[in-house]
Amino acid sequence: MAQDHAVPAHSGDITPVPVHSGIVLQINGESYHHTGDPEMPLLWYLRDVLRLDGTKYSGEHGEGGADLVLVNGKATSSIGVPMSKLDGKQVVTVEGLVDAKGGLHPLQQAFIDEDAIGCGYCTPGWLIASMDLLNRHKDPSDGDINTLPNLCRCGCQTRVRSAIKRAAAAMKQGGKA
Amino acid sequence: MSGQTRLSRRRFLQVLAGTAGALIVGIRMADAADAAPVPMDMLGDNLYGLGLYVRIDQDGGVLIGARDPDTGTGVATSLPRIIADELDADWRHVRVVPLGLGVTNNNGKPSWTYGQQVGGTGNSIPRAWRDLRAAGALARWLLLQAAAQQLSVSVDRLRTEKSTVIAPDGRRLGYGQLAAAAAKITPPQAPVALKTADRYSLIGQPTGDVDARGIVTGLTPYSLDQHFGDAVVAVLAHSPWPDGQLDQLDKGPALAIKGVIDVIELKPDPALPPGQTVIAPAVAVVAETTWIALQGRRALKLDWKPGASGKENSADLEQQATALLNSDSAPTTRVRDDGEIDKAGRKAARRVEAMYYQPWLAHAANEPMNCLVRIDKTGATLYVPTQSPQQAWTVVQRLTGLPPDQIDIRLSRIGGGYGRRLDHDYVAEAVLLAQQVKKPLRLFWPRDEDITHDYYRSGFVHKFDAIVDAKRHIIAWNQRVASASALTGRGVSSDHLWTSEVGVNDLPAGFVPNYRSDWFSLTSSIPRGPHKGMPDIANAFAVGSFIDEIAHSIKEDPLDTHLRLIGEPRLVPLQGGGAIDTARLTNVLKLVTDRIGWKDWLRSVNGLGIACWYMDGAYVAHAIEVSMQGEQLTLERVVCAVDVGRVINPQGLEGQIAGATLDALSNTLNLAITIKDGKVQQSSWKDYPLASMAQLPNTVEVITVPGDGDPAGASFLAMPSAAPALANAVFRVSAVRVRRLPLMKELLRML
Repeated sequence: MAQDHAVPAHSGDITPVPVHSGIVLQINGESYHHTGDPEMPLLWYLRDVLRLDGTKYSGEHGEGGADLVLVNGKATSSIGVPMSKLDGKQVVTVEGLVDAKGGLHPLQQAFIDEDAIGCGYCTPGWLIASMDLLNRHKDPSDGDINTLPNLCRCGCQTRVRSAIKRAAAAMKQGGKA
Repeated sequence: MSGQTRLSRRRFLQVLAGTAGALIVGIRMADAADAAPVPMDMLGDNLYGLGLYVRIDQDGGVLIGARDPDTGTGVATSLPRIIADELDADWRHVRVVPLGLGVTNNNGKPSWTYGQQVGGTGNSIPRAWRDLRAAGALARWLLLQAAAQQLSVSVDRLRTEKSTVIAPDGRRLGYGQLAAAAAKITPPQAPVALKTADRYSLIGQPTGDVDARGIVTGLTPYSLDQHFGDAVVAVLAHSPWPDGQLDQLDKGPALAIKGVIDVIELKPDPALPPGQTVIAPAVAVVAETTWIALQGRRALKLDWKPGASGKENSADLEQQATALLNSDSAPTTRVRDDGEIDKAGRKAARRVEAMYYQPWLAHAANEPMNCLVRIDKTGATLYVPTQSPQQAWTVVQRLTGLPPDQIDIRLSRIGGGYGRRLDHDYVAEAVLLAQQVKKPLRLFWPRDEDITHDYYRSGFVHKFDAIVDAKRHIIAWNQRVASASALTGRGVSSDHLWTSEVGVNDLPAGFVPNYRSDWFSLTSSIPRGPHKGMPDIANAFAVGSFIDEIAHSIKEDPLDTHLRLIGEPRLVPLQGGGAIDTARLTNVLKLVTDRIGWKDWLRSVNGLGIACWYMDGAYVAHAIEVSMQGEQLTLERVVCAVDVGRVINPQGLEGQIAGATLDALSNTLNLAITIKDGKVQQSSWKDYPLASMAQLPNTVEVITVPGDGDPAGASFLAMPSAAPALANAVFRVSAVRVRRLPLMKELLRML
């Protein structure tokens, strides 16, 4: 049977877009479903898609540390991790450090009390790195604090050091700073 | 009912009744007040419409506008504190809002509602001290009049405290209860008297940053965090050379990416000075999101070819400078020539000579250059991280031709300025692109664009020679300085290019009878511009190091050398007016040396160094103690004393002093921009590495001298003396005299 109106055959170089079911992750305790580009770094998902702007850009490779977030409790460069690696993961950003009632974490209070803030742009990254440090060391030494990767041009480093120590003391007492 | 109190010929304090019984005291221009009355009903919510400084609501809440952009200098806290003190407001109920640019239309020309609005140049507090106190004082005066009427007590028997008027019999009226009545009182023609210092309740008391809670919770927005619902994102690839040309461009691969909207070429307008136009030829990728725009930029196939600047090398420039300073060439400008330098040599007991080399530097602000712009029928609205909103306005106005009041420049907290945001190339880029794509647009510079396309600080070479007489007095000081002026091409005549490079009153000018300061201009096409603490930082490093070298050469304790140089308590007149109070300079030096235990300076196994500086009415000294283990340099102690006159917020000042000290140490230890074949060789935090936590001292001990003189600015006061104090300490511990920065690289080379 002649096919007068034959459907053109596939030329071979068109491949159907694979159906991806998306990426489900928890951010600050809430569930999110990302169906966009799986290679998008978490930073741009947070900032451009969710408009959760507390996490800052400081460099393409995470140098500077302003883009740090906690992924399953560990400080992670959000510009260095694509969404594809975050399926099922728990992400905490600076906005998620407060308790359920919006009360400040002792570390946040310590940053206020020690005035550990210059322009404040890099502060979220310092908070996340400090949180990670306190998770690993209840009583961090100066040497432990020296391992923080963050950079700051306003010179908040000495005050961050005091804030970490103040927070560690407050957290040992189990209460709020 | 409303009224005005005259502040100056054209500026008035304006009193208005807001919605819901609020009292509003603001500032307005004479002509604007005549031409365009603001509808009363709108005022309650329109914080940007009037020059609002103070609003007192019926619930007792006090809203104070912060005039100058806060780049981390604390002015969003200290300026409102100055107003709140005059008002006797209860600080716990004060809320601070950043004011946008205040501009009205004066027959097509801009009238600046708030006078000068500029941040990060060290004069916000001195300016506020002159004019902002009047706003608080007027509001308090009106509230007192209202209270006097309600209580039937004469005003002079009433007092105020924490937003409350208190009568002699103990009756109290909260400001909120009085606001509506106060707004109906006719203000006096002349400004009311300001408080005397004994009645300050907030000034001089420590307080935290007003944005602190917002910052630690991630909620304080920076310009990069502001949004227009439908904005597209532009990311640029600039030519490596400011005078470069596009050699080839294939837009295809970028345009093929889903979500890329356009690829647009931008060029600088050669008729405009730097900082008002695009910084270098560029190709912009405009896309739906930042991530797509970044991918588009990566996919661009483009090549640039260099212009004349392609032959430039920072190492060659330094060689030229050195040759120039060692030659007999006449200087570009003889900045100062006291006494008779050529004859002073006859009494020479000792001659000391040295040369110092300092690299090019970048601003390296953490929040990258960005700008969010919407242009539509109603005008232009922009979120700009700028230190100078009026300059930003000028750039927008030139490109859009809009009437003055149809350009709305909104300010957020700013992620560091350091002088970079006094220029507005990125605003020009954003506006040009928004005009082309006809959509709201966010411009975003990735880090590599920021480090490679800056208005850099020039490298410096200093050549000093000094003569010391038999009584150890420095009787002659001849300094020759070479640099490429930051003012080149910025509308400054050639005989004033030195003003960004050398200070006519830089120490030890005025302290040495035969003193000469010569400046030699270097020619460079690498863009340059204003920097935090310029020109003091570069000169203080050389001067402070050289005084220490003189001390060493005459085998003397450098503190003694300093004290003899500064001399008896007296006023040393400054060229251009004012004077250095030598007692205050000596005092800061003694405070740091006492604190660090200077009497042991020679016996300590560690190295101790000191330096001091004078800058714009303020005095600073550093004492630094360092140790060395192999190649490991540790900053054991850093002490800084400052005298800024009256301190508005001691806690804020201490933070500024500690912060600027660390910034200066970071610069000194690590940082250099180098240029090869006209290209900046650094492009990230990896090769332009701000100091790590581990490199910096564990604490900075700050001593502030209480004072009652008019307050001086302090945001970069602590920078100049930090570097020489460090280099001097390093000399004591290692016997290596570092005459070239960055210090770590040179120290390791010479060890």
